[in-house]
Amino acid sequence: MTNTPSFVRTQMLDPKDPPITEKGAVKWIRENLFSGWLNTILTIVSLYVIYWVLAHILPWSVGGIWNAESLTECREIRDASGIGYDVACWAVIADRWHQLLFGFYPSELYWRPILALILFGVAIAPILFDTAPRKLLIVTAIMPFAAYWLLWGGTIWGPLVTALGFVIGWAVLTYGAATLGALGATIGAIVVPLLYWLLVAGPLSGILGAALPIGIEAVPSDRFGGFMLAIVIGVAGIVMSLPLGIFLALGRQSDLFIINKCSVIFIEVIRGVPLIVWLFTASLLLNYFLPPGTNFDLMLRVIIMVTLFSSAYIAEVVRGGLAALPRGQYEGADSLGLDYWQSMQLIILPQALKISIPGIVSTFIGLFKDTTLVVFIGLLDPIGLSNAIRADSAWNGIYWELFIFIGLCFFIFCFSMSRYSQWLERKLNTGHR
Amino acid sequence: MTIQVVAFALILAAIWFLGRNIVHNLEELGKDFNFAFLNSRAGYDINQRLIEYSNDSTHGRAALVGILNTLLVAFLGCILATILGVIAGVLRLSKNWIVGRLMTVYVEGFRNIPLLLWIILIFAVMTEATPQPRDFRGEDAEASMILGDSVAVTNRGIYVPNVVFTRSLGGNEMTEAADGVEAAIIPSAVAMDWLLVLVLLVGGVLASKAIGRWATKTQEATGIRPPATLWMQIGVILGPFVLVMIALGATLDLPELRGFNFSGGIHMRNSLIALWFALSLYTGAFIAEIVRAGILAVSRGQTEAAFALGLRPNRTMNLVILPQAMRVIIPPLISQYLNLTKNSSLAIAVGYMDVRSTLGGITINQTGRELEGMLLLGLFYLVTSLVISGAMNIYNNSVKLKER
Repeated sequence: MTNTPSFVRTQMLDPKDPPITEKGAVKWIRENLFSGWLNTILTIVSLYVIYWVLAHILPWSVGGIWNAESLTECREIRDASGIGYDVACWAVIADRWHQLLFGFYPSELYWRPILALILFGVAIAPILFDTAPRKLLIVTAIMPFAAYWLLWGGTIWGPLVTALGFVIGWAVLTYGAATLGALGATIGAIVVPLLYWLLVAGPLSGILGAALPIGIEAVPSDRFGGFMLAIVIGVAGIVMSLPLGIFLALGRQSDLFIINKCSVIFIEVIRGVPLIVWLFTASLLLNYFLPPGTNFDLMLRVIIMVTLFSSAYIAEVVRGGLAALPRGQYEGADSLGLDYWQSMQLIILPQALKISIPGIVSTFIGLFKDTTLVVFIGLLDPIGLSNAIRADSAWNGIYWELFIFIGLCFFIFCFSMSRYSQWLERKLNTGHR
Repeated sequence: MTIQVVAFALILAAIWFLGRNIVHNLEELGKDFNFAFLNSRAGYDINQRLIEYSNDSTHGRAALVGILNTLLVAFLGCILATILGVIAGVLRLSKNWIVGRLMTVYVEGFRNIPLLLWIILIFAVMTEATPQPRDFRGEDAEASMILGDSVAVTNRGIYVPNVVFTRSLGGNEMTEAADGVEAAIIPSAVAMDWLLVLVLLVGGVLASKAIGRWATKTQEATGIRPPATLWMQIGVILGPFVLVMIALGATLDLPELRGFNFSGGIHMRNSLIALWFALSLYTGAFIAEIVRAGILAVSRGQTEAAFALGLRPNRTMNLVILPQAMRVIIPPLISQYLNLTKNSSLAIAVGYMDVRSTLGGITINQTGRELEGMLLLGLFYLVTSLVISGAMNIYNNSVKLKER
C-alpha cells in the first residue's frame, strides 16, 4: 500500500472575510464605544448629553430671525409664524455687528482699523513663519507707528518724530561704540533718545505740523470699542511688554545682586496681584504717581498698566527659554571672547526667544481674554458694548444672542492662535536636545 | 559693578520721583496717609458673611468679611476645579471616541472664551432659567425641590440643608437677624461645634495614617498584614465623628417654603454659585490639560514594566503611574490655584461681596482713601499668593525626585 493521501487540494482558497463584528465600522464601534460596561455607560451618557444640548440649541439658533428692528418685532414675527418654541433673535447681530467690532469708531473710517489689522498681519508674518521673506521685517519696524497713526489719526509728524528717537538710539549704539566703548554706547543709546523725547520731540513735531500740515481726521480714544479695542490693547500690551519682559528675564537670570533682586520683586509683585486690581490702580491711583497737572486718557493708562502686567508674565516665559538652553551655549559664547551683551544678542537670545514663542503666544491669548476686564473701569470692550446695546429700548432684554456672538469671536481668535502655537511646538520639537 | 551702581541709582531716582509726587499730590488734595479709616463705622450691609457683621461694624471688619468671602469662593473653586479637571483630563485620554471628543470640546471651549463671559453667562442662566420661589407653592406647583425635597433651586439662589446642633457648645453667639437681613451662610453660633468636629476629623485622619504605617511595618517584619486594617482605619475616622455628632444632637435643617421665600437651610446666592461654577469650569479646563500632559509624560515602558512585575492595573496606576505623573502635574497645578484665587476678583461682575468689593470698592468710595485701600488690597492678594505657592512648594519638594 502506498501511503498516498486520499485528497490533496491543488488550488489555494481565498481568505475568508473576517466576521462582521471584526471589521469596518462595526469593529470600530465595538472597540471604541462599547468595549466594556464602563465604556458603554459613558457612551450612552455622552450621546444623551449631546442630544440634549443639540435639541435645545439647534432649533433655537437655526430658526433664528435675522430681519427685525427690535426685540418686540422679533417676538411678533415668531408668534406670527406659528413656531411653538422660542427662537433666537439674530437681528440684533445684523443690526449692531459693526458696533461690537468697532465700537463707536466713525463708520466712514472703518477702513483705517482694517488696514492697520492687515498691516499688523504682514508685520508679524516674518516673526511667526520663517518661510516669509525677510524684507517684511521693514514693515515690522514701521508697523507700530503706522498703526498708531491709522487708528488715532491726526498729524503724521507725531509718530514720525517719535520713530526718529529710535533711529537716533540705534545710530548712537552703532557709531558710538568706537569712541565711547560698548558700555558707554549702550547707556548712550538709552539716555540720548530719552532726552530727545522729553525735550526735543514735542516742540519739533509742533513746528513740523505747523509748517507742513499733513494728517488725517483724528479719532479720540473714547470712540474706540468692541473687538477693535480688545485687539489694540492686547497687541499694544504684548508688543511693548516684549522688550521690557526680555530685560526683566535677563535681570532675573543675572548674577548682579541688586538687579536680580529688583527684577524678582517687580515680577512677583505684578504676578501676585490680579489684573483687575492693577486696572483700578490705573484708573484711581495713577495720578498720585505723576507730577501734578499731568492727565492723560484712560485708554493710554490701561495700555501702560497692561504692558507692565504682561511684561512680568513675558519675563517668566523668556526666563523659561533662557533656562532651557544648554549650559554649553553660554560657555561657548564666553570662550569665543564675546562680552555679555554680544553673547546675549548673537547667541543666547535668538535661541531662547525662538523656543519661548509658544509661551509668548499663550501669554497673548491670556492677555487678549483679559482685555474684557476693562469694562469695569468704563471702557467699551465687547461685553461693555453688549450692556450698551441692551440699554437701548429696542434691544432691552436680549442676552444669549450677544453672548454667543462675542464668545464665538473670542473663540475663533484664541483657538486659531493656540493651534498656531501647537503647530510651532511640533515644528520646534526636533526630537533631540 | 558700574552697571549695578548705575541701575541702583536709577531705581532710587525713580522711587524718589514717585514718592515725591505722591507726597505732593496728597498735600494738594489735603489728604494724609493713615489707616485710621479701618476703625470707623462702615455703614453698609454685606449680603453674605461668614462672621458676625452689621452696618455698624468697622471698615476693617468689612474688609475681613470680604477676605473670608474671597477665600471661601477660592477654596470651593479649587476643590471643584481639581475634581472636574482630573475627570476631564483622564476622560480625554479615554479610548472612547465620543467621550474624548466631548472632553476636547469642553476644554477648548472654556480655554478660549474669556472667564468674564462665562461668569456672566452662568449668572444669567441661574437667574433667568430657574423657577421663582412662588412657583414652588400650591398643590400642583410648577417647580419642585430635588433630592428628596431637600434642595431648592430658585432664581434667588440654591437652598441646601444645613446641619444644626440642638445641644450646641455655643461660640461667638450671633443675634437673630432682625430687619429683613438674611442670616449668614454659616451661622457663627456653631463655630465651636464645627471646630470640635474638624479637630476630631483631622485627628482621625492622622490616627488612620499611623495605623497604616504600623500595618505596613508589621507586614514588612512578619510578612502578614494585620487583619481588618482598612476597617480600623475607617473606624478611627468615623467613630469619634459619629459619636460627637450624636452627642451634640446634630440634625438636618431642611429649607422650606414660608410665604414668598424659602427659609431654613443654607442659602447659596446666585452670585456665589455663578462665580464658583464659572471659576471651577474655567480652571478645570486648564487643569484637565495639565493632568493629561502629566499622564502622557510617564513613558509606556513604566506601565509595561509594572505589568511584567505582575501588578494589577489599579495597583500600577496607584504605585507606578500616579506618583510619577504627580511630579509633572503639581507645579503647574499650583499656578492654576493661584490664578483661580486671583480670578475670584471678577466677583465684581455678579456683585459677589469679595474683598475687592468691600475693601477695594465700597470702603474706598465712602472714605476716599484710594491709596491706602488699594495698597491693602494688593498686599492681601500678594500675601495670599505667596502663602499658597509657599505651601505648595513645600509639598512639591516632598514629592520631588530625590536626585544625587
